Amino acid sequence: MTTENPFSLLSYYRAGARVGFQRDLQYRMATFMVLVAFLFEPVVYLSVWTAVARAQGGMVGGFDEGQLAAYYVVWTLVRIYNTAFDPKAWEWRIRDGRINTFLSQPVHMFHRDFSFFMGSKIAWTLMWIPIAAVLTLIFRPSIAWHPVNVGLFLVAIWGGYAVRFLVLYVLGMINFWTTRGSAIFGIVTALEMIFSGRLVPLQLLPAWAQDAAAWMPFRWTFQFPIEVLIGRLDTAQMLAGVGYQAAWALGLGLLFTVVWRAAIRRYEAVGN
Amino acid sequence: MGLQREMQYRANFWVQLLNSAIALGTGIAAIAIVYLHTDTLAGWSSVELVTVLGVHLMVGGFLRTFVFPNMYRLMMDVEEGTLDYTLTRPADSQLLVSVREVEMWSLIDVVSGLGALVWAATRLADRLGPAHYLAFLLAVVCGSAILYCIWLIAATLAFKVVRVDNVMQMLSGVFEAGRWPVGVYPRWLRTGLTFVVPLAFAVTVPAETISGRVDWPWLAAAVAAATVALVAARLVWLWGIRNYSGASA
Repeated sequence: MTTENPFSLLSYYRAGARVGFQRDLQYRMATFMVLVAFLFEPVVYLSVWTAVARAQGGMVGGFDEGQLAAYYVVWTLVRIYNTAFDPKAWEWRIRDGRINTFLSQPVHMFHRDFSFFMGSKIAWTLMWIPIAAVLTLIFRPSIAWHPVNVGLFLVAIWGGYAVRFLVLYVLGMINFWTTRGSAIFGIVTALEMIFSGRLVPLQLLPAWAQDAAAWMPFRWTFQFPIEVLIGRLDTAQMLAGVGYQAAWALGLGLLFTVVWRAAIRRYEAVGN
Repeated sequence: MGLQREMQYRANFWVQLLNSAIALGTGIAAIAIVYLHTDTLAGWSSVELVTVLGVHLMVGGFLRTFVFPNMYRLMMDVEEGTLDYTLTRPADSQLLVSVREVEMWSLIDVVSGLGALVWAATRLADRLGPAHYLAFLLAVVCGSAILYCIWLIAATLAFKVVRVDNVMQMLSGVFEAGRWPVGVYPRWLRTGLTFVVPLAFAVTVPAETISGRVDWPWLAAAVAAATVALVAARLVWLWGIRNYSGASA
């Protein structure tokens, strides 16, 4: 995974990203409709929590209405950056033999998938802009714009992507051992839903659940980038968060290289 | 036929059971988190909100068992030109395309939703009488009919634009909004969820009746909406097959 020449790898990434970008831009209408379907989820959560905040005199868990709106509007962008290679897709990649083509290529398929999704995010971001404008007009989010936050957000949103991509990639390896992986994926998705800040900002969870979230990678993929942009963290907290992302990415990357070797050994033993 | 095929894959039962348990678990967790911070949400107590969750799971299970698989097959048939076999049969074509497939394991969602409803209804038992249960049944039937019609209309558009799976995906996204009572939403969305994709009738009204607060005008509106939806779906279907050029064209 690390033996390639960095310059050729860079051009490989550019090419891979272009493929992802062009595919999603080509099917604009499809991408746009998926985006609209995405939108219902945060709008639902935002409506529920706004209703709760109003019932409590305007604040809930340290969020007022404008901050809740900011949280869930930025949520939509972070959600786009959280999409990654679906662990279930490994099953047909293995079954229909396409994996053999990828294995015979000089560049590891990790780079192929990672760069593809990077490019696709650029296309999605372009289509997200008008949606964000409409959401902003409707929900009036309050965001304290600050150049440091915006700069660190750009780091954090890609860092979140890297961590989530690796989580799903490692999970996908399960398919090399069993075709019943979907049970595990279902459980992880449910945990992620609650402990990432996707369902609700983690501050609104009971204390024990907040403690549990600290031991999982999910908050660094989802809630952290949101909090960076909407200005709920000081500089030290933001830098520490980027550090946590780097640590998780490194740990998961190491885990992946170990599991990958075992998976390929198993694949070659069984597959022939 | 679909039933026999499914029986071969009994492992799917366990996967579906787990998925249903997860859906129920996260639904209840979400309600629990909300009620850590408030006693009432748009006039609903936590137990009453479990009825909304129950109806949502139940109706969602109905869609996944009977409606989605048939609409998916209809779209595939249009795309591949194999719908002609169905259209030439001597029976009503709308009925035929609506009952060809059953995804049996999704019935587990219906059961888990029903479980949540029974749990909530036993806690609200002192306000419930036979009229409530009857009204609930009527509301659920109307709501399910409305949803079937919406999906049929969307699938019928496949006659014209062929690829409508994105529309389906969007509708599924909209359906998720039914997990909470429509009264929670801002007015523009509430209007959309009443008149465009009427989740208000499909989920909120049945949940209200089984929470012991039957709103008779709303129930009457649900019956009217179901009637309108059935007629509209019928007209769209007839228009669709009239314009369908088939595989031979």
